[in-house]
Amino acid sequence: MNSAASRSGRWVDIANPTRFLDLAGRLLPWLAGLSTLALVAGLWMSFQAPDDYQQGSTVKIMFIHVPFAWLSMMCYTIMTLAALGTLVWRHPLADVSAKAAAPIGAVFTALALITGSLWGKPMWGTWWVWDARLTSVFVLFLMYLGIIALNRAMDDAAKAARATAIITLVGFINIPIIKFSVDWWNTLHQPASVLRAGGSTIDGSMLRPLLVMALGFTLLFFTLHVMAMRNEIWRRRITAMRRIAARGAERGRAE
Amino acid sequence: MMALFVRDVRLGLRAGGGALVAVLFFLAVIAIVPFAVGPDLKLLARIGGAMLWIGALLASLLGLDRLFQADRDDGSLDLLIMADRHLLPVTVLVKCLAHWFVSVLPLVLAAPLLGLFMNMEPKAIGATTLTLLVGTPAITFIGAVGAAVAVALPRGGLLVSIIILPLTIPVLIFGVSAAYGAMDASAAFLPPFLILAAITLFFAVLGPIASAAALRGSAD
Repeated sequence: MNSAASRSGRWVDIANPTRFLDLAGRLLPWLAGLSTLALVAGLWMSFQAPDDYQQGSTVKIMFIHVPFAWLSMMCYTIMTLAALGTLVWRHPLADVSAKAAAPIGAVFTALALITGSLWGKPMWGTWWVWDARLTSVFVLFLMYLGIIALNRAMDDAAKAARATAIITLVGFINIPIIKFSVDWWNTLHQPASVLRAGGSTIDGSMLRPLLVMALGFTLLFFTLHVMAMRNEIWRRRITAMRRIAARGAERGRAE
Repeated sequence: MMALFVRDVRLGLRAGGGALVAVLFFLAVIAIVPFAVGPDLKLLARIGGAMLWIGALLASLLGLDRLFQADRDDGSLDLLIMADRHLLPVTVLVKCLAHWFVSVLPLVLAAPLLGLFMNMEPKAIGATTLTLLVGTPAITFIGAVGAAVAVALPRGGLLVSIIILPLTIPVLIFGVSAAYGAMDASAAFLPPFLILAAITLFFAVLGPIASAAALRGSAD
């Protein structure tokens, strides 16, 4: 079997919820342990990092603000991939993944906005400005909430999944706008300084803790995501079992 | 397709004057602005273009949930979905255009009169009306996606507004900045106006395709 076929085979394997639960059970302790390790190491490293010559110690907000902002976009991208999975391949877990990711993404976006606001007060002298980056992230936050509201409003899980997937795909337009807003418009928010052509503009002593923190929060995200997916699968099983039990009880009464 | 357009326009005009209600709502929103910010004519003239845009945006959201719901209630939506499966996006496009013609075009036509209330100059009124004319179809196309997604919900109207308002922000930004461009000598009119036209064309393609996919999913 060539590698592409075996990979698609693995994806089909996971489609069986029992296998997924198995895999999740085995994976979760590792994910949780690694993310704790990375977060503790990242925190220790960020307190060791030197203060900025202009910003003083407030620069340490960066070590949590930047990972939150990255994750808010990564989570939406994962939801978009899941939406494609729902609409194109009809993967049964894609819709579980999208539904589980939305609240986590909303929380990370809110945290990015809050930490950014706390950082903006001493640096820019204001809690909030309506510049392109901040506004587009705020729009992202509203879209997360809209998607969650839409998903909760429908009773039928399959229909809710399709509707949510379409809205998620349409809303993906916002992600490139967020990424490039600092290049397209002249904004108060600084332009990209880590992932840019020609290398990072951040000194190694600050970049290293930042990357470790980003890794830690990414692992944390996947831990929470897998846990939420597991919960969702269990919830659906319970609903299905209740229905079967109710049907059985009715039949028993009829006899 | 022409028959569908004419049918939708006729239904829209007959069905209890939904267009008139939207215009009245627009009028009410604009009338409330001077109470909120004070009757300073200079200030009103400066924010007039933006206020007209916000009023038109909110008023055009009003009738959106009826876009597919009425057809779903009497069953003709299922017929439309079944009749031409491959051309469903075109059908949706025609329905959007008919909805725009009946419910949103009156708002654009009412905008110059409301601009006079806001003490705007003739040139600014003309520019704002022109940007509304070009920009409001984009709102209808985006709204069609929300309306199609929420068509199965009993009270989808509010949810539609919440879902699509974030997506209409670019339309609002470029519409208002083009309107300001015409008023202010230091700002340019043409670049934001062209971007606004591009947004409308973009959503004229994306909106019908996405809402057609949603309608197919909701059909049972």
